[in-house]
Amino acid sequence: MIPGAFEYHRPTSLDEAIGIMADKGDTARVLAGGHSLIPMMKLRLAMPEHIVDLQAIDQLNGISEDGGSVVMGATTTQAEIIASDLIARACPLIIEAATQIADPQVRACGTIGGNLANGDPANDMPAVMLALNAEYRVRGPEGERRIAARDFYEGTFITALGEGEILVAIHLPPSPAGYAYTKQKRKVGDYATAAAAVVLAMQGGKCSKAAIALTNVGDTPLLASAAAAALVGTAVDAAAIDAAAEAAMSIARPVADGRGPSDFRTHIAGVMTRRAIETARGRAA
Amino acid sequence: MAKMHVKMTVNGKPVEALAEPRTLLIHFLREDLGLTGPHIGCDTSHCGACTVDLNGRSIKSCTVFVAQANGAELTTIEGIAGADGAPHPLQKAFREHHGLQCGFCTPGMITRAMRLLEENPNPTDAEIRNGISGNLCRCTGYQNIVKAISAAAAEMAGAREAAE
Amino acid sequence: MSGQVASAGERAEKLQGLGSARKRVEDARFTQGKGNYVDDIKMPGMLFGDFVRSPHAHARIKGINKDAALALPGVHAVLTAADLKPLNLHYMPTLAGDVQAVLAEEKVLFQGQEVAFIVADNRYVAADAVDLVEVDYEALPVVIDPLKAMADDAPVLREDLAGKTEGAHGPRRHHNHIFTWEVGDAEATGEAIGRADVVAREFISYQRVHPCPLETCGCVASMDKVNGQLTVWGTFQAPHAVRTVASLISNIPEHKIRIVSPDIGGGFGNKVGVYPGYICAIVASIVTGVPIKWVEDRIENLSATAFARDYHMTGEIAATSDGTITALKAHVIADHGAFDSCADPTRFPAGFFSICTGSYDIPVAHVTVDGVYTNKAPGGVAYRCSFRVTEASYFIERMIDVLARKLDMDPAELRLKNLIAKNRFPYTSALGWEYDSGDYDTAMKKALGAVGYDALRAEQKANREAFAKGETRSLMGIGVAFFTEIVGAGPIKNCDILGLGMFDSCEIRIHPTGSAIARLGTISQGQGHATTFAQILATEIGIPAENITIEEGDTDTAPYGLGTYGSRSTPVAGAATAMAGRKIRAKAQMIAAYLLEVHEGDLEWDIDRFQVKGAPERCKTMAEIAFASYNQAIPGLEPGLEAVSYYDPPNMTYPFGAYICVVDIDIDTGVTSIRRFYALDDCGTRINPMIIEGQVHGGLTEALAIAMGQELAYDEGGNLGQSSFLDYFLPTAVETPVWETDHTVTPSPHHPIGAKGVGESPNVGGVSAFSNAVNDAFAHLGLIHTQMPHDHWRVWKTAERLGLTA
Repeated sequence: MIPGAFEYHRPTSLDEAIGIMADKGDTARVLAGGHSLIPMMKLRLAMPEHIVDLQAIDQLNGISEDGGSVVMGATTTQAEIIASDLIARACPLIIEAATQIADPQVRACGTIGGNLANGDPANDMPAVMLALNAEYRVRGPEGERRIAARDFYEGTFITALGEGEILVAIHLPPSPAGYAYTKQKRKVGDYATAAAAVVLAMQGGKCSKAAIALTNVGDTPLLASAAAAALVGTAVDAAAIDAAAEAAMSIARPVADGRGPSDFRTHIAGVMTRRAIETARGRAA
Repeated sequence: MAKMHVKMTVNGKPVEALAEPRTLLIHFLREDLGLTGPHIGCDTSHCGACTVDLNGRSIKSCTVFVAQANGAELTTIEGIAGADGAPHPLQKAFREHHGLQCGFCTPGMITRAMRLLEENPNPTDAEIRNGISGNLCRCTGYQNIVKAISAAAAEMAGAREAAE
Repeated sequence: MSGQVASAGERAEKLQGLGSARKRVEDARFTQGKGNYVDDIKMPGMLFGDFVRSPHAHARIKGINKDAALALPGVHAVLTAADLKPLNLHYMPTLAGDVQAVLAEEKVLFQGQEVAFIVADNRYVAADAVDLVEVDYEALPVVIDPLKAMADDAPVLREDLAGKTEGAHGPRRHHNHIFTWEVGDAEATGEAIGRADVVAREFISYQRVHPCPLETCGCVASMDKVNGQLTVWGTFQAPHAVRTVASLISNIPEHKIRIVSPDIGGGFGNKVGVYPGYICAIVASIVTGVPIKWVEDRIENLSATAFARDYHMTGEIAATSDGTITALKAHVIADHGAFDSCADPTRFPAGFFSICTGSYDIPVAHVTVDGVYTNKAPGGVAYRCSFRVTEASYFIERMIDVLARKLDMDPAELRLKNLIAKNRFPYTSALGWEYDSGDYDTAMKKALGAVGYDALRAEQKANREAFAKGETRSLMGIGVAFFTEIVGAGPIKNCDILGLGMFDSCEIRIHPTGSAIARLGTISQGQGHATTFAQILATEIGIPAENITIEEGDTDTAPYGLGTYGSRSTPVAGAATAMAGRKIRAKAQMIAAYLLEVHEGDLEWDIDRFQVKGAPERCKTMAEIAFASYNQAIPGLEPGLEAVSYYDPPNMTYPFGAYICVVDIDIDTGVTSIRRFYALDDCGTRINPMIIEGQVHGGLTEALAIAMGQELAYDEGGNLGQSSFLDYFLPTAVETPVWETDHTVTPSPHHPIGAKGVGESPNVGGVSAFSNAVNDAFAHLGLIHTQMPHDHWRVWKTAERLGLTA
């Protein structure tokens, strides 16, 4: 219940934060909303000696438009995202996912950056970003670079973030009209038994593009490319949905836990995929 | 580890203290400031008994370091009554509708409900249930809590109308 | 006396007595955050205690190194069994006649067991010190399955009991055996089963769960060396019993010990027993001379404190071919964990499980219960169970449904056919309980009518047809439960805890200006005693409830009682309250007679006054009588107006109820939606309908949690899978449905105000209703019984087994 001791830093600029991270190396962790890191620290599963609080770095917070892209600052909270008219217009999938994360108090603190950068396969937003083909802008001691969300997740708590790099913003391309985030959980506040993020567009009665990604059924979020491909060019009818669900299940490899044995969770991944496609199809019309 | 100097406003009053940065805000409120209204009910940020209002948001004070709250404005259950000491409509409604039994979840629940009604002054029962889904109760089964919050919302709406 | 006399109705309403939905007096402090719970207590010089706990379920302790912990600034002491042994406190007696390690000496027996106790300046230093204590363990093979605990080759757990073939409850036949308890007529039952038309057999498990009140357990212990006085504030549901036990084990005389239960954030049976944390805090206070606070965290609470259930029940129920039940047999394996610290009345190691003939007129029955040790946390009785009544009721309600399947009979119809008839009360069951009163048929029919049962079954028939045709993937289930509870422990002749008879008490003192204070031997943990017991008194003595202060929980001032659990407060202390009130009224009558210069027999009581029969304008109110008792020299009467009653109930009480639950199960996800839950309770006389409704809401929510997702499950290594709220299922307001409550009133004939108690009924009846509903959803496809909890994956697996998921 009681975290270990640490030295606290509250830099006012991104470069200052990066400087501290570079100086302290792997004894330092960044702190955004704190609702992934602090619970781990309370259980003493993480014991950083330095905490770098990002709350005073204004440029990390906020939602804006840049050309055709919507840009979300990494320390934007889930609650701020849910309240954002811009996101509601441009990328409602994100709001649908955000409302299913945790509970109101956690959403008031938890940030999009925290949900994305941890590499926790149980987090919901990574699959959403995979489906949207988002790009992450990160900055470190060597400067800034972009990493596609689809290239970011390497293993459980292992990401493409380099030493001392901080997630700065998420760039979102225009989003197809059809979307859904369908999540099964044991109760409000639980991580997904399985969840599916689907985006798709219809043209002339046929699916012109689709992307599907799965949450918490592998050691990373899973991009279900074959499942999406099974929809493209079809009317997204029962047969296509069946094929997509089968393809999604075939890549799922969930651990057995309190939510159920692996075969059950894989089955639920299929059901969530199915239902997300049906909802997305309805919205794409 | 060295203590840091923290300053914040709590229930309208300025507060200054020395505390280890790792001190959880709930412990700072309860032990350093003697505000024992918010409670600790779990270790994993689920139960919400520790809920306070920080810079206009309901947050779980067990999952915030006092260091993060440096410079913040906080309201706890001890601060939600009117300036003249008159009970908040929620405090009255919880009593009127039997929205509490052992009282342990109550400070966090009322503090959360207060912010919920600021965000959504006329919530449906489903919106109330969703709105308090970060606050666990073991005694009431939530039904009378929902009634109480709904009744308080109605009273506050009526008072606003009367004032206009 | 001058002025207008208010009408009888107005006077009665002013009292806010029995039957009033009086608002609670407790709410003022709780809604302002001004409650006084254990962790709110701060005392000068107070230090904080915390435990080093075993990560292993079964291991030998080879050594403990305290050096690094002791060297940490702010650490005052690190206690181990070696420090407690000279005081003979390394083990403590349990409420069940066993002993429990306070700090592990040679081995640890469950994951989370206490190994060392740190005393430090504050909880942060204590937590750091916990990490610095080095314990060298040698792992031992683990026993987790209670059905295998008594295998020939099962590892020995309790080396401290080596050679002890006689336990507290009789002979022990295996090193992991605790007791065998038996009741009923084995021969007649076997014979009836043998010749029955129909016999249904089933294995029914009630999984291990935890009462999980929102406030964890804790205490502040303060030994005042100058006065030789020990004071302990703590989460105690039975403060007087704790005082007596503390005196016996510490050798501090009882008059030098003061136990105080302050505000308690929920008990549900988790706070009845004595925990190592209390003992260590007391010892540490004696050693350091300052107050010591110990408050456990949630993981500790779920891992190490009183769990509930873990009963594994094999049932046989016999009937005629037209559905008249002729016999019932039950064999139970009871998993008590590493130590039997079960909080049962002494003579009942399996509690009141023998209420398992339930609401039904069953002529012969036989029950055996075998208690066993395993490498899990100790305990067994808790969680609104009324001493194993939840287990017993679940058992019979499932067996009735299992029999209904076998007979191809509607479960409500089978119940109606076998419910004990009204004219049979008081009814003595085949297992020896005398049920006080009941009108079961009326209650059952009221419930069935309220939900439109026949229409629901018709709807279900249509749903099943639609499902078979592939038109829907949702299956509807209807669960019926008709439970009889046994609460109000209990008559001293057979109910005691460690020799302390289970009476209870009330002491009242009326002040000169007409208000009063009453103290009880019980202690509320949310049940609203300060509100409801004043109501009982208001009706008895005619003083408005708002003028009566109710106090509980301080052993220096409260009369001796056995505390609050098992829904005993209203049946026992409530009776004591009424009886003490009647003593007050009897003396008041004498005073009034003196003041009015009439004979006592010429007076009659009218709501709040004594008036002369036939001349009601000649009267004295209780307020006037109170002043007179301090003011008048009345021949033959002492001054003052006070009374005390210690009440030994003549019997238990038997609340009952009819619950009906309608569910819709999504076959593809295993998700069960609770469409409707209707609960009809009969708790006899209803003291405060608002509070009764609140108790039912809360108990049903706990029942929902148990039936639909709670479990404390251990893997083969003895690792607990649900030690925090990440996995231990507590429903939020979103998962909790709307509860419909209703009632009938069948007063208890032996209780002074006819009240029976209600706190635990919803947990007793609720679990059965939910579980019966889920089982019922699949009954037409051949399902007889599937085990709880009915969480998503288990329900889906049931559907898969029945071939529904392809």
